[in-house]
Amino acid sequence: MQKVYIYKKFERFWHWTQAALIFFLALTGFEVHGSFSFLGYEQAVESHRVAAWMLLILIAFSIFWHFTTGEWRQYIPTFSKLQAQIRYYTVGIFKGEPHPTRKSVRKKLNPLQALTYLGFKLVMAPLLVITGIVYMFYRTIDANNMVIVSDIPLEIVAFLHTLGAYLIIMFAIVHVYMTTTGHTPTSNIRAMLTGYEDLEDDSEQPLKDENKKEE
Amino acid sequence: MKKVVFSIILASIGILILIHIAYDPPLPNLGELKLKQEYAIKPTSPVDHSLFEELQKDFNSPQEVTEACIECHNQRHKEVIASSHWNWERISYVEDRGIASMGKSNVLNNYCIGASSNEQSCAACHIGFGMTNDRFDFDNARNVDCMVCHDNSEEYRKGSAMAGYPDRSVNLTQVAQSVGRPQRMNCGACHFYSGGGNNVKHGDLEESLLSTTREVDVHMAANGMNMTCVDCHSAENHNIKGKLYSVSSSDENRLTCDHCHTSTPHMDRMLDLHTAKVACQTCHIPTYAKVNPTKMEWRWSEAGKLKDGQPYHVTDTASGAETYMSIKGSFRWEKDVKPEYYWFNGHATHYVLGDQVDSIPVQINRLLGSAADNRSKIYPVKVHRGDQIYDPETNMLIQPKLWAAEKGDSAYWKDFDWQLAAEAGMKRVGLPYSGNHEFVNTEMYWPVNHMVAPKEEALSCEECHSRDDSRLAGLNDFYMPGRDSHAGLDFIGRLLIIAAMAGVILHGLGRIVSAIRNKEIESEEINTNYNQ
Repeated sequence: MQKVYIYKKFERFWHWTQAALIFFLALTGFEVHGSFSFLGYEQAVESHRVAAWMLLILIAFSIFWHFTTGEWRQYIPTFSKLQAQIRYYTVGIFKGEPHPTRKSVRKKLNPLQALTYLGFKLVMAPLLVITGIVYMFYRTIDANNMVIVSDIPLEIVAFLHTLGAYLIIMFAIVHVYMTTTGHTPTSNIRAMLTGYEDLEDDSEQPLKDENKKEE
Repeated sequence: MKKVVFSIILASIGILILIHIAYDPPLPNLGELKLKQEYAIKPTSPVDHSLFEELQKDFNSPQEVTEACIECHNQRHKEVIASSHWNWERISYVEDRGIASMGKSNVLNNYCIGASSNEQSCAACHIGFGMTNDRFDFDNARNVDCMVCHDNSEEYRKGSAMAGYPDRSVNLTQVAQSVGRPQRMNCGACHFYSGGGNNVKHGDLEESLLSTTREVDVHMAANGMNMTCVDCHSAENHNIKGKLYSVSSSDENRLTCDHCHTSTPHMDRMLDLHTAKVACQTCHIPTYAKVNPTKMEWRWSEAGKLKDGQPYHVTDTASGAETYMSIKGSFRWEKDVKPEYYWFNGHATHYVLGDQVDSIPVQINRLLGSAADNRSKIYPVKVHRGDQIYDPETNMLIQPKLWAAEKGDSAYWKDFDWQLAAEAGMKRVGLPYSGNHEFVNTEMYWPVNHMVAPKEEALSCEECHSRDDSRLAGLNDFYMPGRDSHAGLDFIGRLLIIAAMAGVILHGLGRIVSAIRNKEIESEEINTNYNQ
């Protein structure tokens, strides 16, 4: 086992800010949806909008980061070990079998993770972001009698946005649980907090040193 | 150590920036301040009429006063004669009807039903003298009643059932010398007491507005802007701005809040956006009839009960409001009423005498509009419900003759005979009456415009944007966040969350159980090894 610097500073900042924003957006969003009352409707709407803008800015930065660092390649789905990974989560994990894939700086995500996160980034997030922006700018007629968005019924926009919200909550529940399937139940969370994780020795040695230097 | 200090400093700066962004210093609402400044200056009269020689004499008839007015204001009577206060009707384009003339002569209501055949009494609210029947001369300038609107001495009042003539006790000279800009009482004499008593009809216009507080009406409050009716209802050439949709039907010469307040009066973009679809009144008039009750229901079918052959009335001891009158039927009054809400685009249709009844309850007037209509906004409305006399064979509402000076003149209020009253009334308006009458349920829609509350008391978002008891629960032709949801989606969504939770818990339990079992096997193996 080797202590490896796997999650860089921006990555951790991005992950936790996004997590907090998504939690807050879900809380205020479902209040706007009418599921419960907590902050009060006006406050909920206002906060939801502010948090939405913060998330959009964060997303813009994270897209930039993913492409400039090449980290986007992490999400290229591979199917070679996908079945083994699924087998591990459904059978192997109960038998105490080892992980079928090895986590490394170059390959942080297992095939199932890569596919799920790709789905998150290409389906769930765009669904929420696009319907959210349409919702935000949905004004039949604004102050200057200018029609901005009115052709799409608000009912459909709201339906899709809420659907996205339910999906993301489901994702969050499973996601949080899956973090406990590392070497130890807390090793993954600790890695996302500190950046360091104990990984099995392999050819990643030189990379690790580079990271050390960066620090 | 350095790193910790550095990150704490960074975090603090971050928090400070966030607080700075989140904190909105309240900006002064300059538009509102400007209006307050403008209306704080009260107009003063440029002339003192009591100094005019022409007015320093005894007037034998009110017409002589009018003549004196016209001597100087020698074109004004023409403006009055062109006005709807004088004509009691107005020609306008009405949906489904085309260009039509509508007004008190042919439109009904579900209070005292209609003016036709009852002019002698109803003309107490006509700005003329001598409207005793339907043959009133609408071209005779001598009959224009200038005083009823312009008397500033509160001396003038119309006589009861005197066809629009002033009460005999009125000192005409005093009135003539104290004319000026109409005051609240001039308008209120008719608009507060219409329907036979204070606040009977409107609900938002009544005598408490003569001297009121900001809680009741921010505009007219004595401790507020202290505005009079004509400050808003300005009258260019005697054509007074504003429409009352119990008799009006077209979106012309209307008076809306944004004439002064603009369509973006809030210091909040989200609220300003609501003005496209929600009338100001909807949020800013949470309740009407705040001080005195207003009539919500009037059942003519109950009229005519007599005690020992004599008409009687029942008064509610708590509110002082009459709940039963032999001549009129039974009433239900309400105070501090939450309005009902309807889409309204400024156009209305009316039941016009001779129309076929096409729905029950009969809609005496109907406010037009819908969510899909760009010109419609949601308005607060007083809906007055009741029943009234109807001919089931001709399928028409009946104009009954209610008033007469004496018994034996077919008037219901004297003879208590619907048959005679219906016959006489319908004959007067030139419509057939089969001889059969029934009572049919009716509804009348009165948009609520007055008794604007202080802004602190405006409706909160939750009053409408809530799942249960939304004020707009009745308006179902659009999607409103917070009130509406897709039941199927919510069900599936909850199911998904429960499934995820259950899956996670089961999987976790499975891992724990298998971990314990694996450990046992391991330890057994160790044990066996040890034993060997």
